[in-house]
Amino acid sequence: MGEYISQMRNPRTGWLLLSPTLIILIIFGFMPFLYVLVVGFFDWNVFAAEDGMRFNGLGNYRRLVFDDLFLLSVGLTIRFAVFAIVSEVVFGFLLAQMLTRNFPGKSIFRIIHTFPLMIAPIAVGAIWRLLVIPGFGPVPFVLDRWFDFTYQIGTYPDQALATSVIMDVWHWTPFVTLTMLAGLSAIPREPVEQAKVDGANRLQVFWYVTLPFLRPVLLTTVFIRIMDAIRTVDEVWMLAGGGPGTRFTGIYIWRVTSPGASADWGYGSSISLITLYLTIVLCWLLFIAISGRRKGEVE
Amino acid sequence: MSGARRRALRTVSSLGFWVFMTLLTLIPIWWMFVVSMRSRVELFSRPNLAISRLFLENYSNVLTDSTFQRYMTNSVVVSSCNAALVMALALLATYALSRYKLVGRDNIFFWLITNRMAPPAAFLLPLFIMFTRSFRIGNWTLFDTQLGLILLYCVFNLPFAIWLLKGVVDGIPIELDDAAMIDGAGLGGVLRHVVIPLAAPGLAVTGILSWVFAWNEYLFAANLTSVEARTITTGLAEFVTVTGTNWGELAAMSMITLIPSAIIVIVAQRYIVMGLTFGAVKE
Repeated sequence: MGEYISQMRNPRTGWLLLSPTLIILIIFGFMPFLYVLVVGFFDWNVFAAEDGMRFNGLGNYRRLVFDDLFLLSVGLTIRFAVFAIVSEVVFGFLLAQMLTRNFPGKSIFRIIHTFPLMIAPIAVGAIWRLLVIPGFGPVPFVLDRWFDFTYQIGTYPDQALATSVIMDVWHWTPFVTLTMLAGLSAIPREPVEQAKVDGANRLQVFWYVTLPFLRPVLLTTVFIRIMDAIRTVDEVWMLAGGGPGTRFTGIYIWRVTSPGASADWGYGSSISLITLYLTIVLCWLLFIAISGRRKGEVE
Repeated sequence: MSGARRRALRTVSSLGFWVFMTLLTLIPIWWMFVVSMRSRVELFSRPNLAISRLFLENYSNVLTDSTFQRYMTNSVVVSSCNAALVMALALLATYALSRYKLVGRDNIFFWLITNRMAPPAAFLLPLFIMFTRSFRIGNWTLFDTQLGLILLYCVFNLPFAIWLLKGVVDGIPIELDDAAMIDGAGLGGVLRHVVIPLAAPGLAVTGILSWVFAWNEYLFAANLTSVEARTITTGLAEFVTVTGTNWGELAAMSMITLIPSAIIVIVAQRYIVMGLTFGAVKE
């Protein structure tokens, strides 16, 4: 019978079970990557006089370095990500701290707070567009009437960026709250009590006890948020339609590579590849940061 | 005495704070609801947050529109088929990764997550070319088909599903598999009688979350469909046109799009965090 079981555990069966997943991911995940890798070296414009691909070496990449719009989009994306994520982590932590207390109706408040997380990004964009639209949106109305402040995201890039950040905070703070809450509930009571007995004040307890325990969860959360923030397209597109101040890298790539707008496929591929590369480098740095710190903790 | 008063004060302040937070969360959504209940003329009067009368024309216009009905059907079909496919494939894959000694198992596992992290905008162009040119049988292409979206959505749903289910399947003692095999069960029998019943809650969560992620997806749907397979999220974006937008109907359609999200938050609230962090953070 043992022989029968070991026969059942034949690796070939394992590969067979894994193969449909691998095939789909290779076709739809890995092949597009190879595609941009190769096409990025070619001049390929479908509407050009001569159809077909012409080898162009690093020409597309040379063009990319001097493409002000691309560089601007990278700068904007980074500013957006930093502002949004810092606010989300601070608010999320405070909210999670508030949720560790007991008070009536806690679970209902928590469910409502979680609600934005599952809303389609495009609908989040629609919600915020309706809030800020000139003419009937309440936000410009209130700011103008009460504070004499001209609010128009179509005109002022900084306002558009700030609105995108606030929208992102509204959408994603609940995620940070929930992960922080999970992290906080996993902290054992003894070290905290011990620190209090030893005369540590609240700030010291937070800095020397809570934060080190929270670090893995915190880093995972920030990691996932960065990945998502730099690929943001839908909601910001719906909010501002690619207006000034919101042309993030994702939106820029979309507009350049989108089949209707431009047929410059070679150049589009090179932008895609560079963005992928930047994402991977960022991923890798974060991964090093996370695993490096973990190692430090062990020693 | 003063201890009880302090406790009461704390409760009241917590309650006050959370009522405020709830308002911050709900007012934007409430405003959209208000817009969806107003006619074009009413909209451009002075903004206020109250609903004065029941005006359902926006909803009835949207719901009786045949284009919208097609978008809605497409979204339901694509999300449901994708969720079913993802559940099936992820179960097989996690079982393989959990029970078999496969060469490079950890690397495969790491590669899976990178699929989820890639910026979708970077893949739009190659996918468009693949969909319109590479996958072609006679006149038929993968472009603008439900099948195309169902398969494509696996790219971001499968990695997350496998990460979520891995923990579940790892938690099922291998002795149970062995016992079933000794009783003469084949692989199908083990999966059907041991793994699936024990992994059922995890599978359900995987299915529900995959369904929402597919339902919410916009960028791929907008670029890889044109008429027949458009989904509800692309429909939302189509409302905003150069010539003028019917904001009331846009709001009504967005409200309809929100319904599944609301249900899922209530039903699967405990598992959302696990789903979004690939199981790295558990509650």
